[in-house]
Amino acid sequence: MFGNFFHKMASPPWFYRISGKLIPWVGAICALLLLYGLYGALVLAPADYQQGDSFRIIYIHVPAAWMSLFIYVLMAVCGVITLVWRMKMAEVVLITSAPIGAAFTFLALVTGSLWGKPMWGTWWVWDGRLTSELILLFLYLGVIALHNAIEDRQTAAKAVAILAIVGVVNVPIIHYSVEWWSTLHQGPTITKLDKPSIHIDMLIPLLVMALAFKLYYVVAMLMRARVELLERERNSKWAKEMLGEL
Amino acid sequence: MSIASAFLALLRRDLVIAFRRRSEMVNPLLFFVLVTSLFPLGVGSQPKLLALMAPGVVWVAALLAALLSLDTIFRSDFEDGTLEQLLLSAQPVSVLVIAKVLAHWLITGLPLLLMAPLLGTFLGLPSQAIGTLVLSLLFGTPALSLIGAIGVALTVGLRKGGVILSLLVLPLYVPILIFGAGAVGNAAMGIDATAQMYIMAAFLIFSLTLSPVATAAALRVSLS
Repeated sequence: MFGNFFHKMASPPWFYRISGKLIPWVGAICALLLLYGLYGALVLAPADYQQGDSFRIIYIHVPAAWMSLFIYVLMAVCGVITLVWRMKMAEVVLITSAPIGAAFTFLALVTGSLWGKPMWGTWWVWDGRLTSELILLFLYLGVIALHNAIEDRQTAAKAVAILAIVGVVNVPIIHYSVEWWSTLHQGPTITKLDKPSIHIDMLIPLLVMALAFKLYYVVAMLMRARVELLERERNSKWAKEMLGEL
Repeated sequence: MSIASAFLALLRRDLVIAFRRRSEMVNPLLFFVLVTSLFPLGVGSQPKLLALMAPGVVWVAALLAALLSLDTIFRSDFEDGTLEQLLLSAQPVSVLVIAKVLAHWLITGLPLLLMAPLLGTFLGLPSQAIGTLVLSLLFGTPALSLIGAIGVALTVGLRKGGVILSLLVLPLYVPILIFGAGAVGNAAMGIDATAQMYIMAAFLIFSLTLSPVATAAALRVSLS
């Protein structure tokens, strides 16, 4: 049964139809979760005893940072599927995920910077995590640039798949070397807040927001994948049917 | 033809070609010297500041020189069709890739090693750190060439691959830069740098094991 599902997933018309049905539902759930999560984050959650209300940016910052890593790993998994099983859908997911992942990474950087201003007193600290997030952004931009530079879509997808796999092998190495570097070099004692045992009222909105972000990614990725599929298959029969040309 | 003789034949061929075009060999070295000498002009000539920055400056300059010379690993072979013949040969492509990267490192990386002590001294790096500088470059620059080869293999078919190449490769260079410059910095302060050296050696072995496979796969994609 699973094999059958896998086989169907590989078929563009099937994917196009199913994703068209899924998008409104997933989008609606995402919107509901987002509404509840934001209400919980901005109203229900108590203010932090040290940081006051400014801690509330955590509800954007942390889910975005989680997503930035999650999407990169997902891209590498799609890269393996592309190279090993030559599945077209994996190529499409890989390529359409890259800009979304880059956007999440950028969001995590910007919110981190905004949060850093009241907490650390500067917009930017060469802190281990911030820096490795910045390098992750460069990795995403490299994937996007390489894909744009190669004209043939099949070749581009394979090249990007190799790059994503090489990148994902390096991400942990980069992350830990950057953390090691910044802890060694820390001249002024940046009071990096120890992970407090977070209050349950603060935690629930955070998890809800994380789920909402994940669903948002699913919706955005599916929408982009549909466009990409139509572009790739514009000369095939099913695509023309979908576009009402036949 | 055995793998070993194919490896040696390719290595010798690349070295001979490079030796016939000696002027090209000098370019990365000149670049290394020029970039390093720009730093005192930019940040001022206080000896204390320069000595403090020396490990990072020499390492960044070496990294940029390595990046600049990367394109020559496969470019001319791609243009005259040799690369296609290499891919068609009966030998494993990853082994041939190692031969080409080794030749490239001997031509462009090794001279950097010989020049680095001089530049370190110019910047006022304490003499006890010079040995560490050379050793860290000895481990680091081959790893830079090996990792860079993946990027070159991905971009060799592109007309304007240069800018993309640096975007692909530089983020991957970060760990090597951190540990390389960190080792030299430690040595300059009189702290033991053995730990960083072990990690640099581990990076070298790691990239030697995995990057030829990725490079071979990337070459196949670029030439398909």
